[in-house]
Amino acid sequence: MTTAIAPIASVVPLRYSNPIGGIAGTSFKPEHLPAILRAGPQRGFFEVHAENYMGAGGPPHRALETIRHDHPLSLHGVCMSIGGPQPLDKAHLARFRGLVARYQPSIVSEHLAWSTHETSFFNDLLPLPYTETTLRHVCDHIDQMQEAIRRPILLENPSTYLAFAESTMSETDFIRSVAARTGCGLLLDINNVFVSATNHGFSALEYLAEFPLARVGEIHLAGHAEQVDDEGDLLLIDSHDGPVADAVWKLYEIVIARCGGVPTLIEWDGKIPDWPVLRAEAAAAQAILDRYGPAAETGERRAA
Amino acid sequence: MPREQSLSFAAAFASALLDPAQTTPAIVTGPQGKAAGKRYDVYRNNVTVSLIDALVAIYPAVQRITGPDFFRAMARLHARSTPPTSPLLFDYGRGFPGFIAQYEHAQVMPWLADVARIERAWLDAYHARDAAALAPAELAAVEPERLADLVFTPHPAAQIVRSDFSAVTIFAANRDGAPVGRIDASTPEDALITRPEFDVTVRHLPPGGAIFATSLMQGRPLVEAATAAVEASAGFDIAANIAGLIEAGAFTSVDFGDAR
Repeated sequence: MTTAIAPIASVVPLRYSNPIGGIAGTSFKPEHLPAILRAGPQRGFFEVHAENYMGAGGPPHRALETIRHDHPLSLHGVCMSIGGPQPLDKAHLARFRGLVARYQPSIVSEHLAWSTHETSFFNDLLPLPYTETTLRHVCDHIDQMQEAIRRPILLENPSTYLAFAESTMSETDFIRSVAARTGCGLLLDINNVFVSATNHGFSALEYLAEFPLARVGEIHLAGHAEQVDDEGDLLLIDSHDGPVADAVWKLYEIVIARCGGVPTLIEWDGKIPDWPVLRAEAAAAQAILDRYGPAAETGERRAA
Repeated sequence: MPREQSLSFAAAFASALLDPAQTTPAIVTGPQGKAAGKRYDVYRNNVTVSLIDALVAIYPAVQRITGPDFFRAMARLHARSTPPTSPLLFDYGRGFPGFIAQYEHAQVMPWLADVARIERAWLDAYHARDAAALAPAELAAVEPERLADLVFTPHPAAQIVRSDFSAVTIFAANRDGAPVGRIDASTPEDALITRPEFDVTVRHLPPGGAIFATSLMQGRPLVEAATAAVEASAGFDIAANIAGLIEAGAFTSVDFGDAR
């Protein structure tokens, strides 16, 4: 694995890091850095939100360089607004490319969602209708992003709370078409599948049966919270602030039994626990990965 | 491509996100004909709460002073009227100190906006480009007769915030969790914010120090900066101030004006 980290992103050639196979990782939270360093280099990878490292310098970059020195990295974009109708922000694209060049992540991903309209940034992953028009925009945006970073991205399935009357295709058909047209891989967020299935009244297993699993290069697991909708029925919120639910673990095991070892991330962004708690969630995922997909076998680039 | 047509879903969806008085956009629906009101409200809530939380993260001392309920009410108004224009949230909230200065319920705390200005400068220093600070030896090597012409290059993290109140003392007392005693808020204080390596520091400048440092950071020669400082404050100590600024890491290099 290439671990060289150079200070000036613009002059560093873009390179691929090796696929990391069936290992479990966690979100990297700077408050965990001392505990992680005390434990020393370990099996696993770390994922960061790209936007948190788009400042010019300072402690965030020092922390990320330290983590990256000993571990594979997944760079997870949150704000590219791929799902919106307006053109991508060129400056943001350039910043993203700079991060890919500087830290050479093993995995690069973004969301099937939008967050910017005209000049306002809403800081949330907003939903889109699934139509031929939005499909064209999403594909254009992914082409542009992959062109900029010279490598394929993984596109993450969203968690949603509502639908659009104008949608003409299912989410899985939409995602399959995006992957086929752009060559991108997919980030399967199983908590998102469970949340959306509950919120929209469909079967999570049927969704997974229709999802192009062969293109999945990473899996996300996270916790969710419970609310109610206008009719008083259960509405799940993708809150990332607690342990992974039992039902989501069951779905995960089904997916891993089918796919073998796929890099798996425990996402935890709110009410962040001490490092050992997060580490234990990752160990639980690793145990399932080891049971079904030996570490020697890489889960990536499986023939479709 | 008919962009206008396709823009409609995002425009319609965005139109009511920051305005709770507006009705749910007609384009959205629940499953099997269910209502979408509370479902759409999840997005509304996510957006507003995440922006308030972003302001809490940037302005912790202001929140400690006002208490969370006061702060969140004030931040909610600001976030709804002035959402971010960049996806980089650490750049958000530049208009918040000005908003605080005008905010009706904050008028009893006339120093609060200046505390916010120091916090905003603190975060800019935190994310500023890394650069080595000027070593004191470099200044010591300059021949005395050439000192007057010296021109300094400011460090990317260095900033000055001036206040008619005791904003530096109030900031320092509320930035950590220690108990805060009574503070006389009426003494004007100027802050120097620097980050020579990785730790941001906020210093209280002596009288005349802010004019001196600002002049130097604007690239004016040492003699001009010193003259301006002495005019503002008769007892201004040039040697102590230049030493203090260099020790704080306010500059990266020094050269002669005519060499530029």
